[in-house]
Amino acid sequence: MTASGIGWYGVALAIIGGALRVSTPYLFVSLGEVLTEKSGRVNLGLEGILLMGAMTGFAVGSLSGSPWLGVLAAGGAGALLGLLHAGICNLPRVNDIAVGIALFLFGMGLAFYLGKPFIAPRAAMLPALQLGAWSNEPAVRAALEISPLFLIGIALAIALRWGLANTRWGLVLRMAGESADAARALGYSVNAIRTLATMCGGFLGGIGGAFLSLYYPGNWNEGLSSGQGLMAIALVIFARWNPLRCLWASLLFGGASALGPALQTVGVTSGYYLYSAAPYVLTLALLVYSSSTRHTLAGAPSELSISR
Amino acid sequence: MPSSSDSAVDQQPLTKLPAAPWSRQLSLASAPAYAAALESACLSIGALVVALVLFGIFVAVGGHDPLAVYGALYLGAFGTRFSIEGALTQASPIILTALCTAVPARVGLLVIGGEGALVLGGLCAVLCATASAGAPGWIGALVALLGGTCAGAAWIGAVGALKQWRGVNETISSLLLNYIAIALFNHLISGPIRDFSQTLKATSWPVPPAFGIGSIPGWSVHWGLVIGIGLCIVLFVVLRYTTLGFSMDILGGNRRAAQVAGLPIGRLLIVACLIGGGAAGLAGAIEVLAVHGAASESLIVGFGYTGILVAFLARQNPLAVIPVALLVGGISASGGLLQRRFDMPDATTQVLEGLIFICVLASSAFAGRIRWLAR
Repeated sequence: MTASGIGWYGVALAIIGGALRVSTPYLFVSLGEVLTEKSGRVNLGLEGILLMGAMTGFAVGSLSGSPWLGVLAAGGAGALLGLLHAGICNLPRVNDIAVGIALFLFGMGLAFYLGKPFIAPRAAMLPALQLGAWSNEPAVRAALEISPLFLIGIALAIALRWGLANTRWGLVLRMAGESADAARALGYSVNAIRTLATMCGGFLGGIGGAFLSLYYPGNWNEGLSSGQGLMAIALVIFARWNPLRCLWASLLFGGASALGPALQTVGVTSGYYLYSAAPYVLTLALLVYSSSTRHTLAGAPSELSISR
Repeated sequence: MPSSSDSAVDQQPLTKLPAAPWSRQLSLASAPAYAAALESACLSIGALVVALVLFGIFVAVGGHDPLAVYGALYLGAFGTRFSIEGALTQASPIILTALCTAVPARVGLLVIGGEGALVLGGLCAVLCATASAGAPGWIGALVALLGGTCAGAAWIGAVGALKQWRGVNETISSLLLNYIAIALFNHLISGPIRDFSQTLKATSWPVPPAFGIGSIPGWSVHWGLVIGIGLCIVLFVVLRYTTLGFSMDILGGNRRAAQVAGLPIGRLLIVACLIGGGAAGLAGAIEVLAVHGAASESLIVGFGYTGILVAFLARQNPLAVIPVALLVGGISASGGLLQRRFDMPDATTQVLEGLIFICVLASSAFAGRIRWLAR
């Protein structure tokens, strides 16, 4: 590996590069989850949506030859699964967390079922932006090779942060999440708002999946996702329901999951699996630290079933 | 009665006042206790039928004959003695991991940490068996089973304790603990306790063969199934007929009522989690002792997540867990036959299980609407 040539400096570089590369799916699923949770519902099924998105994106990308069409189709598949989640949650007395688990199992099964014929071929990949072209060091260039989807994600995080705080749409969405009664009193349909929010969240989750299959690691197989979709819910708590903080949290989680492979390049191989658990330990520690029996988590929408 | 002032209403004797609502309450309460059970059974069966129909449409769209696929499902699950044995072997761990969701659900917690507790139970069983190497067979097996149970109980017990003392949401903490447990498991079996003579995949030290759990005489099904069924029956009786079970139901039904009644809420929460986690840990220990003989990644095949499905389909009732686990175990076991006969992907049964789960949850919207069943 190139990193071993430049020693520990290379490890830091590999972590930064890993963070830039690995964080994109985290970013998209967490933004999708923020949108859903701000409307007052939890979608624990983003893992299933992510996998369906990855499969659809890869299939459409390899059949049509256009990776961007694949990204769009992945978003569409995610939105459809989001609609399924919302449709069931709109029924009375249905637990949204349980529906999320069901959607996770269903989406995973469906993706593996429909994606079986696509395991062998390679699709047209998304292009990469060479931000490190100024450097002669190959490690630097490898680390700074980023996906355009990452930039889109950053723009989206900023746009969502602004939109939730400053637009009429954002206000209505937050109202549905803070007080369903208030939204109803103003004549809005809470179920319609939440359905729309879950579908948009599913769209973003599907794009996160397309990143996995069309950019990095850039293929389709059944071990593609390492639980990025399930992490979304933890990331959102970590980011305290703020889209901009989702960006930092995603970078942090991306960096943490790049820790193991980066240390491996300099010969530290013993605790590989333990390092891979770093994001989960981090989230749990944060939850234990910031939770309290007396008040809900700071920033949590009050209609949320996990904050009641 | 002529309309009168407020003070006149106040002086009405209490017995005359709210006659209508009280009598309705009484008639509901005196309705046979099995009405609710009958209703949930009907809902579950109805959801199952709807899921099967949807699955039939799904495979028909894929170009297969749905009736032939149903036939193969039945054949692969319960058609022959061989397939029944396969279904029972699959059901054995699922029964126990379902309890990991079903028992905490009685106190109102949605725990999804069965996978992590199972994995740690298997790991701890290996450690305990290695530590007691040289002991008589049944003592070693007992120590290993107890070790696995305790590991699982402590793991999910921590979820309950965090909920009680820190207010940490139990669903999220148990989900995170799944990943932490699997990482810990992978770390140990790929290094510190690895058996380096196994080169194909990372495998822990083998359990001494004397500690293995054998088969039920005449069947190629191990005794773990009997342990699981026995535990379900015991838990059913405990939850139904003891003060502990009654207190748990009060807490699950209405936390404030439990508080007012002076129930030890924290203790009940943690005990429910300990029982659930212990069951899942036991499942891991049994899998190691009876099936694999060592801890390897073949232990991480999603029994914990299937258990959540079973718990919901059984509507969190330990007794109903037994037939439901047999059914779901049968569906899982028939995957191979579907693959061979129709060249369908092995995820076909996963699609069916997902459909069943979704239909079961949707059916809970109809709870209480088919009361005519009780009459």
